[in-house]
Amino acid sequence: MTAHSQYESLARRQATARLGMWLFLGSESLLFAGLLALFAAYRVMYPTAFHDAAEHANVALGTINTYILLTSSLTVALALRATEHGRRRATVAWLLVSIAFGVAFDVLKLVEYAQHLHDGFAPGHYYTATSLPPSSVLYFTLYYLLTGLHALHVTAGVIVLGWLALRARRGDFTPTSHIALECGTLYWHLVDLVWIFLWPILYLLR
Amino acid sequence: MNWLLNLPPQASSVAKGIDWLHYSVILTTFAGVALVAVIAAYFVIRYRRRDDGPTPRIVAPGWLEGGVIVVLLVLFVGWWVVGFQQYRELETAPSNAIPVYVTAKQWMWKFQYADGPSSTDVLVVPVNQPIKLIMQSRDVIHSFFVPAFRIKQDVVPGRATTAWFEAIAPGTYDIECAQYCGTRHSLMRGQVVVLPAAQFELWRANAEPDHFGGKGDGSGLAAYGRVVAADHGCLRCHTLDGTPSIGPTWLASFGRTRRLADGTDVLIDEQYLTESMMEPNSQIAAGFQPVMPTYRSQLEPADVAAIVELIRSLRDAAPSHDEPRPTHDVIQRGAP
Amino acid sequence: MTDYLRAESGIRSWLGTTDHKRIAIMYLCAVTIAMMLGGAFAMLLRTKLLISGPGIMEPLTYNRLFTWHGLTMVFMFMIPAIPAVFGNFMLPIMVGAKDLAFPRINLASFYVYCAGAALMLWGMVHGGADTGWTFYAPYATTSPTDVAPIAIGVFILGVSSIMTGLNFIATVHMLRVEKLGWMQLPLFVWAIYATSIIQVIATPVLGLSVTLVALDHALGMGLFDPALGGDPVLFQHLFWFYSHPAVYIMILPAMGVVTEIAPTFARKNILSYRAIAFSSLGIAFVGFLTWGHHMFVAGISQLDAALFGVMSMFVAIFSAVKVFTWIGTLYRGSIALTTPMLYFFAFIYLFAFGGMTGIAVATTSLDVHWHDTYFVVAHFHFIMIGGTLTAFLGAIHYWFPKMFGREYPEKCGVLSAIGVFVGFNLTFVPQFLLGNAGMPRRYYSYPDQFHVLNVCSTLGAYLLGAVMVFTLGYLIVAVFTGKRTSANPWGSRGFEWRVPSPPPTENFDEPLDPTIGCYDYDRA
Repeated sequence: MTAHSQYESLARRQATARLGMWLFLGSESLLFAGLLALFAAYRVMYPTAFHDAAEHANVALGTINTYILLTSSLTVALALRATEHGRRRATVAWLLVSIAFGVAFDVLKLVEYAQHLHDGFAPGHYYTATSLPPSSVLYFTLYYLLTGLHALHVTAGVIVLGWLALRARRGDFTPTSHIALECGTLYWHLVDLVWIFLWPILYLLR
Repeated sequence: MNWLLNLPPQASSVAKGIDWLHYSVILTTFAGVALVAVIAAYFVIRYRRRDDGPTPRIVAPGWLEGGVIVVLLVLFVGWWVVGFQQYRELETAPSNAIPVYVTAKQWMWKFQYADGPSSTDVLVVPVNQPIKLIMQSRDVIHSFFVPAFRIKQDVVPGRATTAWFEAIAPGTYDIECAQYCGTRHSLMRGQVVVLPAAQFELWRANAEPDHFGGKGDGSGLAAYGRVVAADHGCLRCHTLDGTPSIGPTWLASFGRTRRLADGTDVLIDEQYLTESMMEPNSQIAAGFQPVMPTYRSQLEPADVAAIVELIRSLRDAAPSHDEPRPTHDVIQRGAP
Repeated sequence: MTDYLRAESGIRSWLGTTDHKRIAIMYLCAVTIAMMLGGAFAMLLRTKLLISGPGIMEPLTYNRLFTWHGLTMVFMFMIPAIPAVFGNFMLPIMVGAKDLAFPRINLASFYVYCAGAALMLWGMVHGGADTGWTFYAPYATTSPTDVAPIAIGVFILGVSSIMTGLNFIATVHMLRVEKLGWMQLPLFVWAIYATSIIQVIATPVLGLSVTLVALDHALGMGLFDPALGGDPVLFQHLFWFYSHPAVYIMILPAMGVVTEIAPTFARKNILSYRAIAFSSLGIAFVGFLTWGHHMFVAGISQLDAALFGVMSMFVAIFSAVKVFTWIGTLYRGSIALTTPMLYFFAFIYLFAFGGMTGIAVATTSLDVHWHDTYFVVAHFHFIMIGGTLTAFLGAIHYWFPKMFGREYPEKCGVLSAIGVFVGFNLTFVPQFLLGNAGMPRRYYSYPDQFHVLNVCSTLGAYLLGAVMVFTLGYLIVAVFTGKRTSANPWGSRGFEWRVPSPPPTENFDEPLDPTIGCYDYDRA
């Protein structure tokens, strides 16, 4: 970027970028940790209400989404591997596949939301369902916040992957220099990892 | 010392002890800061700059650092131990305390004795008698603060919190709301009027019994609690005489320990009872079904207080043998 | 080589710069404006409190003003003040680097800061929050004022803070010059490093908690609404989990500053390097375990109260060790009483006093009386103003020659330091006494018995405000007209004093040689 780089070598620069990315991911995961702590606290406070509410989670869609995200983690890893072997077109292709998975995830998520809203399981004061204990509304509010925040991350990840695909197509990445791609895939893995926590907690834990 | 630190009068049984700790903490820390200041001043004069030469390299020996840490640790933890003991005393009301039900709302305090008298912003209490405040908020968080008693307790909506005090001198003491609660927060003030025992009895005898907006019959909070309980259908599942039913009986339950469905034990107190009305299914008594609906938006804090007082008033009563034996039907429904 | 100030000219060369020094100067301007704004709010508040009853403003206006005062001072001034200005400027030089690890993220963090500040200011103009800077639910979620823009502003400022912290951590790890080990780092770097760890870990949780309040207020999420089963006390836990460590974000860099000032003007090595370095880390870690001491009367369990109380005592020990180390550093030194050194002494006294009253409020039974009174207000202003602001002013004077290559007028500096000290004590010592007497904080009107002390406090605040304006005035003049100075006017061994004043764009004409350490005053 500037002639007078503050780094003594490219390797040092890449290592620093990697460290920065890990710090960022750590910070990001604490964002979710705060919400998960709230979820845990309320779950302890209202075990039956949360148990009953979780019965209404759409396990099928949640599980399909889990498979989608796990697979997309594989495909971004394959994109990275393709770059390391200097296969530009494969990189772009794998990134596009990952983007497709990300979009599919979001779409399924929206379907799930629509279904819940239709059943009256809306967040907060919009909650109209009467079939569950009243405090179940907290489960759904947290469900929307957790999955909504996660979906925002997925969407951001899709945009990042799209940008990386463009750069890959332009030939910005070489087998030895592709730190942006590496950081982008790291971010995508975080998005995946967060879901691996959300899926059992929101869908499977009764 | 009290004057120097601008502390209010020591008007409660705990005030002297707390102030004593206050003096010792403040004096010691003042001495510490003064010592630091004096040493610093001495160094500044003694080692003022005379030339540009080098200075000796001095590194604090480990024993000095360790010593400082140990001394401070002992001092600080010592204060913490004393302070925490006092805190427990402040948190635990004596068993002979008279209950007063307090409702806080923007921006006033309402006080309600179990046997009738109620008042707004003025709490009348007898001297040398522990008083237990059972507090609820109708809107946001408030905090009951009587500087002269050295007590303060937040009043949180949806929960019952408690505080207690024993006034040791007749007089009038300020109540303030210490938790910011909106536009007129600073005007949410009241008074505790402490009367000698005889005068208090006179006040109580002459006080207008509260009619709870026309709903109560004037014979006390517990009696009103019966009305509330009947109106809201509580008595369809809970009995007042020990008869087994769908829900646990209210007779002789307050102040005892109850075994819950998940195997833990819980003390039946104001907090537990309030929570059981707001979120009935979070702590199910062993042997009962989670079938009670929430009364969160149906019971006013005053109603909750009345029911709590009703249950409290039944704490020492023995099961009545004059009542008809439970019918077969009830037992069957009550069986888990 | 030309210095960084004259390397390029024109407004674009500033707004688009990735030079950490120029970004630091931009931050300096921004936080100074924020401080003056927050100070102006404080003056209005104190003016209202000259009389006990209704006065120059409505209660709602007063409530907004103290909210804005807190928000501006905490999020727009105190948190970025020392790290983003002096950390930004000095940290790369102190580790021997040409710049921070991520210069563009550094610039971006400045603009994110501006965006957050702008949104918050817009929210204030728009009618703003009257919730207090702590946003306690359920008042904050039901307040008649518009809470959301301000809360989102806090979130955005938090993002900026994370970006800065992340950059500093990466720089300290990856860009230290060869042969510069961890235990040879200037202690200011340790302090900033510890601060950065807190920023990266705790800020997301703060962002989350205020965002939840915003969502609740604007959209009715009701996560803390008791009517839906929410627990307002849970919000307090979440909020203080960040906001208590945030106190250390504000004070740790200040500690770092005075740790640099003392050796320079006493010409003396730090009495115990490891005590200062490790106590910074200790504060950063134990600081995460003390948040519950804000909630002793909120209805937490006795066990919680016991644990949070004892943890708070541990934190105090780290701070006390630092105070003794600073004083011990003066022993057998060669002390020059310059303006930065006067600020150093002001800091020591005010911080020690504030810290000691911290011990007092950490003692559970005493806190019951003091909680939410002016005693607590005075306590944290002793730490935040007496500590952080004093150190900030000390840092400006200490590094002024380095940053601008000019001298400030020493006599004005001495006057300013004395004025700040006197004004500060006059403002806040009466507030301790008010708290003892039982005056709750956030009080628009108060009983008449508190009148005299409130007047004292207001007069002190006016003095403090006047001194701040005076200080700002002569420093601005000195930036443009001060006498040119040399690379090392103080005769310091600090690494930053080994480069020209002002430093060239790439900081070093030749790489930093840390063989002679930054506190080695025993060699000629």
